[in-house]
Amino acid sequence: MMLAATRPTETWYLLLAAGLFGIGATGLLVRRNPLVMFMCVELMLNAVNLSFVSFSRTFDDINGQTTVFFVLVVAAAEVVVGLGIIVAILRRRPGATADDIADLKG
Amino acid sequence: MIETAVFVVASAMVLVGAFGVILRPNPVHAALSLVLTLFGIAVHFVALEAHFLAAVQVIVYAGAIVVLFLFVIMLLGVDKAEDLGTEPMMRQRYLGPLVGIGVAGLVGAAIIVSRSRTIVTSATGLDTEASAGHDANIKQLARSLFSDYVFAFELTSVLLVIAVVGTVLLARKPNKGLQAARHKAGVSS
Repeated sequence: MMLAATRPTETWYLLLAAGLFGIGATGLLVRRNPLVMFMCVELMLNAVNLSFVSFSRTFDDINGQTTVFFVLVVAAAEVVVGLGIIVAILRRRPGATADDIADLKG
Repeated sequence: MIETAVFVVASAMVLVGAFGVILRPNPVHAALSLVLTLFGIAVHFVALEAHFLAAVQVIVYAGAIVVLFLFVIMLLGVDKAEDLGTEPMMRQRYLGPLVGIGVAGLVGAAIIVSRSRTIVTSATGLDTEASAGHDANIKQLARSLFSDYVFAFELTSVLLVIAVVGTVLLARKPNKGLQAARHKAGVSS
């Protein structure tokens, strides 16, 4: 049986990461709730993390995993600041969507 | 065979969770779908022998970040189902998936075209469980982090402090007493 001989190669992981990134980009463009848009950014970051770890394995190098560590830290900081901004906006205007915030532009 | 089965199951978790995030109208359901995706990614990390990152993925992402999301959703009371039928920019509803499929297709095509290309690297070598003991991955990652990248590591602490202070400033309620005192003193704020 052919399936028994196949093992997941880095190409499989990279294709999965590309698909996950595409789903995240679609959600970011389609959804209007700022919280769900943030979750879509997390999906895209995770797709990139998966490809970094996959490359780390392919090229036999630890630096890819170190980069993922830094991406995790920056993602945590980004979520904290982003949710702070969302809380500040939604407290003044309950039920605001991403389009309502376009009023801020001069 | 077992690797293929693990890959298929974890990929199904990732994709089902990702579609759940973008298709569920209720933000709470979207956040719970995100947990499914993050666990799938963690399984992939284990399969790729990045054990420390798999643990961090579960603790930081599925633990802290998703809990933060759910906390904000509950705090603001926006856990009502969003009406996905109304769309102020109808063109974007159709162009969004087109852009997503286009990006994924282009990257996928590039991956498939270049998959047999060999790239010469100055690889340092990855310690495995077989070659360097059961904590090989975490030891090697720590050595890389605290020698080659120690300056960047210290800078992340500055970043986190700035993020925390900035968020406290952004999200706190306006200080009523301070405003009244300023008003009384005739200082226009």
